[in-house]
Amino acid sequence: MGQVKLMKGNEAFAEAVIRAGCDAYFGYPITPQSEVLEYLAAQEPHKRTGMVLLQAESEVAAINMVYGAAGTGKRALTSSSSPGISLKQEGISYMVGAELPCLILNVMRGGPGLGTIGPSQADYFQATKGGGHGDYKVIVLAPSSVQEMADFAGLGFELAFKYRNPVLILSDGAIGQMMEKVELSEQQPRTTSFDQSWVTTGKSPDRERNIITSLNLDPSKMELHNRKLQAKFAGMQENEVRYERIDCDDAEYLIVAYGSCARICQKTVKLARQKGIKVGLLRPITLFPYPTKIIQEMTGKIKGILTVELSAGQMVEDVRLAADGKVKVAFYGRMGGTTPAPNEVLGVLEQQFLNS
Amino acid sequence: MENQSVSTDEIVREENLVYKKTSLMTSKALSYCPGCGHGVVHRIIAEVIDEMGIQADTIGVAPVGCSVLAYEFLDIDMQQAAHGRAPAVATGIKRCWPDKFVFTYQGDGDLAAIGTAETIHACNRGENITIIFINNGIYGMTGGQMAPTTLPGMRSSTTPYGRDIALMGNPLKITEVVATLPGTYFVARHSVHTPLNARKTKKAMRMAFENQKLKKGLSFIEIVSNCNSGWKMTPTQANKWMEDNMFPYYPMGDIKVNGEMVKKKEEPKA
Repeated sequence: MGQVKLMKGNEAFAEAVIRAGCDAYFGYPITPQSEVLEYLAAQEPHKRTGMVLLQAESEVAAINMVYGAAGTGKRALTSSSSPGISLKQEGISYMVGAELPCLILNVMRGGPGLGTIGPSQADYFQATKGGGHGDYKVIVLAPSSVQEMADFAGLGFELAFKYRNPVLILSDGAIGQMMEKVELSEQQPRTTSFDQSWVTTGKSPDRERNIITSLNLDPSKMELHNRKLQAKFAGMQENEVRYERIDCDDAEYLIVAYGSCARICQKTVKLARQKGIKVGLLRPITLFPYPTKIIQEMTGKIKGILTVELSAGQMVEDVRLAADGKVKVAFYGRMGGTTPAPNEVLGVLEQQFLNS
Repeated sequence: MENQSVSTDEIVREENLVYKKTSLMTSKALSYCPGCGHGVVHRIIAEVIDEMGIQADTIGVAPVGCSVLAYEFLDIDMQQAAHGRAPAVATGIKRCWPDKFVFTYQGDGDLAAIGTAETIHACNRGENITIIFINNGIYGMTGGQMAPTTLPGMRSSTTPYGRDIALMGNPLKITEVVATLPGTYFVARHSVHTPLNARKTKKAMRMAFENQKLKKGLSFIEIVSNCNSGWKMTPTQANKWMEDNMFPYYPMGDIKVNGEMVKKKEEPKA
């Protein structure tokens, strides 16, 4: 068993990236994720593992520093919150185009604009539908506990390098700020060998020169590159879907929620079952690839789905696509940094499916 | 005919060879316009890397602009950066590989407009990299629009009646700006439009790469260049125009050497 600590989500993530053998962090302060950079600075990771830590002049610079480091085969990451993640979108698009692996943490806050510092899930579309320009996807992991904030650091890098594609951890202000017990994994060594088939560490006589670029002025070649990327995204959809089912076996109604919202709805399930209403919870862990198949399978067995989000309704579109009109999909959301109470969600569920 | 049996090797004898292809230039034909300075600067970079024997330890960063395809011509590992972000990309590389040689190659729009923040902060942090800045006073690749370095009154496709400084501001002397920052160790401005100037540029380039070993800060070389296509001139006219108009505004020479500002020669008193 690894070391057990009581930590904030942001701190647990920061500690976990050091332990995952990360090579470099580049970031810029923004609430509610500044503890990541602060924790790393206090830890002096250059002394612990040799990890590079640099506070950049902007989120734009930070993601491009990640690009440079990733282009040399290093395990690099950045973290930010919603407005800062918007600034990074150009860099993320370039990294997908140039097939560079990296880890990005978004501790979401309420928007649009400067919005608020409270928790939100209103960046779902941005995270799962591309975010920047061009046809692309990043793998999106949605932690719902401090433990998962820590666990997804290692998993995120593993998936990023498996597909040579950015991986985004889509957290929120509640998960980032709350304290919970967390079991930390052992220190992993930093990588010392790099895949010379693509990294830019200097052209040695025994190999061809390597180029990191997303540019191809020949449209037919650019289309081929796009097809290659799309095949990669299809592979992610085939192999990387992750979700959790709670009390779903005998469920007549299904709540679909992720991240901090899933934690709230877990309590709703308990309250419902105390009243004799058979409710289950499906918690998508990967938001791209989305657990579409499991929702399709469950659709035949249930009477209704309630999607709950800290947004005006974004993930609900993917739930409705999966349900394909075969069952009623209702939505309940709170916005702008506010969160629903478990009995508030239960009230909506009863009103939508039982009082009619 | 008699000379049909003579091979190229016999015609080009080693003792007669005064100019040959640099070994670190690829065989790809340059995409630059005839008369443009990019090719000469590429050659100088390739020669310096070759002469220092650092090909296996050098990573270049290409910008957005005419030189976006620099990686097709230089036989070294390179990364292509988003517009203006080359100094941030280079920072990411150099921080992870402090003993490698890392340089950026950027135009005026890339370095002094959209990438001003990245330029200033990489210089201010004293990243041990080399920034090569090609200043031709215009956006070349996109078709000759006004750049941050476009001279007052100078015509471009977005200043068809000349740059009006009351409306569009003054040309930015970013090289003088970065020279004031403690993080820069060597700052110079040169050109490559004559053999003499090209030799001076090469000397500065060698120093800029050698400086990376010292780890004392950033080396920054501006090369004032023509853009005969964008300026709508012949190469000869463009070089003359550059000497007459660009050089007075962007004077040649060292600005900062070994971390110390170079004192300007006092104007002779009347």
